[in-house]
Parts: sequence; C-alpha cells; structure tokens
Amino acid sequence: MADGTSIPIGVMAPGRSAARRGSMRRFAQRRSTVGFLLCLPLILLIAGFVIYPAFYAIYLSMLNKKMTTFVGLSNFTFLLKRHTFQLVIFQSCLFAITSVILKALIGFILAHLMHNIPGKTQRIWRGLLLVPWVIPLAMSTLTWWWMFDPSYSAFNWILNQFGIASVPWLGVGWIARFCTITVNVWFGTPFFMIMYLAALKSVPEQLYEAAAIDGAGALQKLFFVTLPMMRNIIAITVLFSLIVTFADFDIVRILTSGGPQDMTHVFATYAFQVGIQSGDIPLGASVSLFMFPILAFAAFFVLRGVTQRTKEIAT
Amino acid sequence: MAEVSVRKVVKEYDGGVQAVKGIDLDIADHEFVVLVGPSGCGKSTTLRMIAGLEEITGGEIWIDGDVVNDVPPRDRDIAMVFQNYALYPHMSVFDNMAFGLKLRKFPKDEIKRRVDEAARILDIVPLLDRKPRALSGGQRQRVAMGRAIVRNPKVFLFDEPLSNLDAKLRVQMRTEIKKVHQTVRTTTVYVTHDQIEAMTLADRVVVMNHGVIEQVGTPNDLYHHPTTRFVAGFIGSPAMNFLPCRVQDGANGGLAVRVTDTLTVPIPAARADRYGAFKGKEMVLGIRPEHLFEYHEQGKPGWTRVDLPVDVVEPMGMETMVHFFVDGAPVCARVDPATHAAPGELMPLTADLNQMHLMEADTGKVV
Repeated sequence: MADGTSIPIGVMAPGRSAARRGSMRRFAQRRSTVGFLLCLPLILLIAGFVIYPAFYAIYLSMLNKKMTTFVGLSNFTFLLKRHTFQLVIFQSCLFAITSVILKALIGFILAHLMHNIPGKTQRIWRGLLLVPWVIPLAMSTLTWWWMFDPSYSAFNWILNQFGIASVPWLGVGWIARFCTITVNVWFGTPFFMIMYLAALKSVPEQLYEAAAIDGAGALQKLFFVTLPMMRNIIAITVLFSLIVTFADFDIVRILTSGGPQDMTHVFATYAFQVGIQSGDIPLGASVSLFMFPILAFAAFFVLRGVTQRTKEIAT
Repeated sequence: MAEVSVRKVVKEYDGGVQAVKGIDLDIADHEFVVLVGPSGCGKSTTLRMIAGLEEITGGEIWIDGDVVNDVPPRDRDIAMVFQNYALYPHMSVFDNMAFGLKLRKFPKDEIKRRVDEAARILDIVPLLDRKPRALSGGQRQRVAMGRAIVRNPKVFLFDEPLSNLDAKLRVQMRTEIKKVHQTVRTTTVYVTHDQIEAMTLADRVVVMNHGVIEQVGTPNDLYHHPTTRFVAGFIGSPAMNFLPCRVQDGANGGLAVRVTDTLTVPIPAARADRYGAFKGKEMVLGIRPEHLFEYHEQGKPGWTRVDLPVDVVEPMGMETMVHFFVDGAPVCARVDPATHAAPGELMPLTADLNQMHLMEADTGKVV
C-alpha cells in the first residue's frame, strides 16, 4: 500500500516485534528473574555437588557388588539381617542421641553461666570455650586418642596416682562407646553454647521483669519464659546437631576404627569399611543412605513446628 | 491497696553517676501520682526502685507500712505495666493475664472469674484466646493492664504505658486508664514524659529533673503556681514564654518590668509588694501563650497592650498560634482564629499580667 502501513505476510509487524522486545526486557528486569539469575551459580553448584551425588548414591545402592545388575532394595534387606549392621544402628542411635542430649544440656548450662558473666570477662570465657569447636576435629581427636592410651595416657596416670588400676579406655566395648560420645560432646558443646547464648540474649529483659513481678522465681522464669522463647533455637540446633552427629566419621575412625568387635561403628565408619575397605560400594552406599528417610522425616516436622511457632510469637 | 513512701532514696550507678539524688515522696492510699520529667530525669529509675527491679543505693522505700528495700519484686504485691507491654508472646491473652495468679496457686475457678472480670472491665473478652501477636497496640496495652488488674495488688506501677501508641489511641487509652482507676481505686504510680498525660490523669503530679523532685502538686497547682522556671516551662503546651527583664519604678508610683528599651509593662498593683524587693535585679518574666492574646479595646485591670512584629502564624482551627521574637527571645501568643495576623506586620496584643510569673535569673526560682 502506498501509505506505507502494509505488512508483508510472514513478517512480524515492527510494532509487535518492539512489543516482544519490550516484554523480554521487562522479564529480564523483573526482580524475581534477576534474583534467580543471581542465585543460578549457587543452584548449579548445589546440583553438581549435592543433588547429583545423592541420586548417584541412591542408584549405586540398588546395584549388586560388581555394579552390573540392578537388585532393587535387596542391599537394604541384606543389611537389616546382619548382626553387625544391627549393632551399627544401635550404636549410631546411642552415639547420636546421647551426644546430642548431653551437648544440648551442657551447652544450655554453659550459655546460662556465660550470660550472667559481665561483658569483658564473658568475651574471654566465650573465646576459650569455643576452642574445641575451632580446632580441626581430626587433630583434637588424635590428642584424645593419646589421652586414652592404655599404657601412657594422662587419664590412666591420674587414676594410678589415686591407686586405681589402668582402664583400657578404647579396648572394652561400652567404655569405648563412652569415650567416643565424650569426645563428640567435648567437640560439639561449644556450638550449642554459642547458639543458646545468642538466643538468651534475644529474650527481652522486660519479660523477665514482668515475670518477676508476676511472682516467678528463677526456675519458673526458666520454664515459663526462657525455654518457650528459646524453643525454636533449641529445635533447630538439636536437629542440625542430630544430622551432623549421625553422619560423624572422624571421631570413631580415629579413636577405635569401629572396634572393639564393631561395637563403636556408626553409619559413616561402617559405610567406609564396607564400601571402600571391603570394595562393596553398593552396600556402602546402602549403609550411608540408611538414616536419610528418618532424618528427612524428623527435619520436616521440626522445621514445620519452628515455622508455626515463629508465626505465633513474632511481633 | 496501700500507701507508698520514698525516703531519701538515692540511685547511683557504677562510675558514680547519680540517677536519683535523695528524693522524698509520700503517696496516699488510692492516690494516682504521676512522675513526669524529661528523659534521664530519674522518673523511670524511681518507679523501678519501687517495683524492686533496681537496687536502691541509699534511703528507704515503704509499701503499706513495711520497708521493702530488700524484698524481691514478687513479694512486694505490686503490678506493673511496661512501655512495650512485656506480654509473653507464647501465651494466649487469658494465660498472660492468669500467669501471676497461677504462680500464686489460685484455684482455677477463681482465676477464671478474675480474668473474666478484668476482661469485661477492659472490653477484651473476645480476645482472650488470641496470642499477643494477633492484637493491635491498644489491645496489647489493655491486656497488659488486665494482667495488672487481675492480681488485685497493693500498688499499680505504669512505666510510660502509652508511649508506643499513636496520638489518637493515646488519648483514648488515657481515658481508659482514668476510668479503670476510678473503678478499682488502687494506689497508682505512673511515669510519663508527656505533661498532658500527667495533667489529665494525676491526682498529684511530681515533676522531676536531673534526679531531684522540682515540685509536687495538683495539676492546677503546677500550672498556676510553679515554683521553678523548669516547672513553669515544662507544664503547659505550648510552653511558657520567658523574657529576660529588670524590675524598675513604673508610672504612678507603681512598679514596671522593663523587657527591652521599647518594651516596658506595668506590674499589677496586687503584685507590687511581692516584686518590690527585686527592683534592679536581673529577672525573667514568664507569661503563658494563653495570657497573651488579641488586643481588646475594653481592657481589664492588669491587662496591658504590647505591639510585637509577627514572625510565624500557625492556624489550628479553634485557635491560632502567633510567634514573635522579642530581643532574640521567642514568644508565642494564643489568639482568636478570626484575628488578623500576617508575618512581618506589627500586631497589637493584650498581655494579662495578672497571670505573669517573675523568676530570679540565676536560680530560676519563681518569686
């Protein structure tokens, strides 16, 4: 057409193309798009280092020893029938649950003590008590191993000074279990302490004053103000610590290597023994995946509770 | 219900800073006393010492005939309402109000009866099952008051309870607090920095400054007969105008106040005896904005005309505030909104000198 407004068939109108470019630009400039693009490198990293290995482990756990045949869940059923693995489940639960309870309890007491120490002194004590947590675990566990040595250890020397016979710390099943738990508690308590200390500092002072005027004593303040106000932090710390403690490897590997008589094996050390040392990678993968459903289930409910409480008490 | 006495009470913090410097105060049974003053004057510290939340460095606090210096807060039988409510966020409104009674092992039906009664007085019955998060600021403040009421304590303590509310709600809650006190008649000590709150609520107002009590009196007393320049300036809104001046001989054998070379006003005859002794001394003339108003041809004894150049005009609907400068000192007049006032113009005003105050320039003492 002579007026120059005709559009050849099959060619996009200049106006539509401009509109499309405009909408693309708007899409690229949208906050959610920008946010996603900024997060993309991290998402790719997580996909590469977490999601892919996790799915690969699930795939491996369903293969036979030679990794040639798909065997479904038979690795898991085989494991459940083995006495050693039953011991591993028991020891892992005993190790993780006892350690977490002790860490939470001692951490809570230390946090309270710390909270009541005045400013500068508190900083010094806080720094000192954090030392176990910042020393590389393998190194500190090696030191503990020396201290548990049956012939030349510090502990036995002290016992001998009081006329008590030497104790084979890492040589007898239940004592060795006690030792692994002790080292884990020593290492993990500062984390609880620092988390609880932060939580304690965030409880408004006026709530304690109101409780004091309402007639509450120290214990009542603890049960009716402190603990309810700290429930979220306690839940998250316990969950986090439970996951990490169930996955613990260094302490048991260095102190006992799972012995004596497999009595101190936890999932990680047993998975290493079965999968790497004995060359049965699918079975090792099955061991390492064993706690995943239980922990995922626990994490779901704990985090749901945390979200609910946060909504309830947020002001 | 009880009397409260504060005797020579001192509060000194580490480093020797004295927040309260030996104050004396007697509060009668059923009385509503408001401690008012600027930030850092020691009013909240005094209240917290009465509550037992701050240790006393010196002196004695008596509640209902007993010295309570070493008695912990829970055994003082007091209830306190905090500025930011201090409601337990994890408890429902009912549990918040019932907490003190539960700790004191009251029977369940008695707890329910008291909470319901307090909720009815405060009009919060529908809120009893809610958590504090689901309440507005005003509702939270009512719950905090409910928590105090259910205990039926000897003394109520309020620590700036309305400071976190918006202006409209503050006025509404002020009336509620007054109504509650008229109903329960518990001895009340109330802290605020808002002098209007103090004037409207109090049986007696205690004005504090720099850790000492400046003046104690009824709201009318403080307004009409302040004893210091601080009280005169603190009570009343807008604040009293202060003009440096000198007392000198006036016309017809009377006295006059010379403010500037061009502004001298006669002292009413009734005050001549009182002010005669200060002739020739450096003084400060105090006059409230409401006693400086539009010029009336038909004057009254004690009224005098002054002409001042208008600086700023603030119409407020029911009245207009007109601001001037007299020899560098700001002066405010409260005039009828119909009066013409334009910046830069000279405005004729009437000063009601029957209401004037004269203070010593060095001590600030009203003479």
